[in-house]
Amino acid sequence: MSATRGSIYRAFSRGVFYLLVGLLLVYTIFPFYWAINTSLTPASQLFGEKIQYWPANATLENYQTVFIQRPFARNLLNSLVVAGLTVLFSLLIGSMSAYALGRFRFSAKRFVLYAVLAVSMFPQIAVLPGLFTLVREPIFGFKMYNTPWALIFSYLIFTLPFTIWVLTSFVREIPAELEEAALVDGATTGQTLRYVLLPVMAPGLVTTGLLAFINAWNEYLFALTFTLTDKARTVPVAVTSFGGASAYESPWTVIMAASVIVTVPLIVLVLLFQNRIVAGLTAGAVKG
Amino acid sequence: MGTNKARQARAPGSLLARRERTAWLLLLPAILVILLVAAYPLYRTIYFSLTDASYLRPGEEKFIGLENYVFLLQDATWWTAVRNTVVFSVTSVLLELLLGLGVALILNSQFRARGLVRAAILIPWAIPTVVSSQMWSWMYQDVLGVVNDIFLRLHLISERVGWLAASGTGILNLILKNLNIISEPVPWLPDISVTMASIIAVDVWKTTPFVALLLLAGLQSIPDDIYEAARVDGAGALRQFFRITLPLLKPAILITLIFRTLDALRVFDVIQVMKSTDIATISMSVYDRQLLVEFNKLGYGSAVAVAIFLVISVFTVIYITSSRVRFD
Repeated sequence: MSATRGSIYRAFSRGVFYLLVGLLLVYTIFPFYWAINTSLTPASQLFGEKIQYWPANATLENYQTVFIQRPFARNLLNSLVVAGLTVLFSLLIGSMSAYALGRFRFSAKRFVLYAVLAVSMFPQIAVLPGLFTLVREPIFGFKMYNTPWALIFSYLIFTLPFTIWVLTSFVREIPAELEEAALVDGATTGQTLRYVLLPVMAPGLVTTGLLAFINAWNEYLFALTFTLTDKARTVPVAVTSFGGASAYESPWTVIMAASVIVTVPLIVLVLLFQNRIVAGLTAGAVKG
Repeated sequence: MGTNKARQARAPGSLLARRERTAWLLLLPAILVILLVAAYPLYRTIYFSLTDASYLRPGEEKFIGLENYVFLLQDATWWTAVRNTVVFSVTSVLLELLLGLGVALILNSQFRARGLVRAAILIPWAIPTVVSSQMWSWMYQDVLGVVNDIFLRLHLISERVGWLAASGTGILNLILKNLNIISEPVPWLPDISVTMASIIAVDVWKTTPFVALLLLAGLQSIPDDIYEAARVDGAGALRQFFRITLPLLKPAILITLIFRTLDALRVFDVIQVMKSTDIATISMSVYDRQLLVEFNKLGYGSAVAVAIFLVISVFTVIYITSSRVRFD
């Protein structure tokens, strides 16, 4: 008898467990589903009597509007250039530093690592006034303001320390014999880094690059402040500048179409690389 | 003899000295970049904070000492922003920790579709904050919004709520009223405005996955045989949770707590997008950007930036010293 009671209890707790899992799934996915649903709804039908939980007359007109009436393609290109170049520079400079910090012994190493960690926690707002005046001043006759360079330059403040920090933890895991063998064979430091360490670091570079890319792609404060026109505007700023005169007049179907376009590549990346991302996120506390 | 060896090793031209030189060469580009994008702008911010600089009169700033900081102490908007930021940070971080712990416990147990759930919870994290703020702003609309529709259908509320407009009511009063526990708002209840609560809900939705993943890593580092031993000793699930899981998870919880607080204190995106510079929800960062960009107050805005920097620095120091980071 106690056996049946035990199995009923087990079945019950199993049921509660799966109910919780179901609720969790709905909670996390529903807002994204809702954005898709709205983006497929004809703008004229949005103000109907009842809220439609399923797009009855699905249309792609909102997606057309995003690209035809808005310079959204340009915004996407800007974002791609800014995030791509930021990641490239961060990985180049970061892997050199990570090699030094993960492999070399020297007296000030602890201090350098503390400094890197401290800068990675830096509130961006603290440098905003200084950076704002800097990007508006001509440097060698070139003003960064309202060009992608203002963003690439300023984004290094959060991508570089982060890249150094995570890559250093990857370099530490590489067996020392690899590097020693190269040095014994007479390879220079540059050759050792280029031909021995970088290939082994590839998975680390992918993870770090991906996380840095996502952070740069999503950045808003600098993007909003250092750009003025669609020539340099990135996607997060564009998504917030669709506005109508009031909340009621906002073109929500178009905003949601743009939101879906921005989000889909990120979701694909995250799902493809989820194991690496989870590893990278938990390898030392990392900015989300 | 040991010192002799050490002296030899440090002598110029020795292998160790050469290695050290190479290390600095490798670090040089990073040091230059950090000096240029972090140290120099920070220095300029501190300098401007001691002047009456304005973008309208570039290069004509006068040194005014600590006047900006004296003004800061009496600036009512600044203190409102501090209060809002603290309310936002404390509430969102606590909720994220509680929910995140629950999610981490679910993910730590064996069940079908576990991979699916882990992938799904990464979605809110991957969506840019600006975009999720727009999605939720739309869902919060009072007439066309889906939140009111769902809550009305489930009889959780009796009439439509202006989630982003009702600055007068508090969320606790709203819930208690809809549960028919109270009929009139209770003014002395420690409460958070419905609008602020709605913004916090967006942050909780977005960040709980991240917290859950950090805590999950902590959970997975607890060896199974401890639970095995507890089961043999006849400890139930609850007892195991409070006697084993929670104590052993404490370091992970602490790190997550401080790390998230650091992040929450500089909140900008979600508040800027959903409510702009509305005084009811303005945060320290939103206020500072308004001063700098909209009001052209470079000097005073810099002082506010320095103040935010100092507040967050305190937490950074706590974080670095308590996190037992690995240096070798």
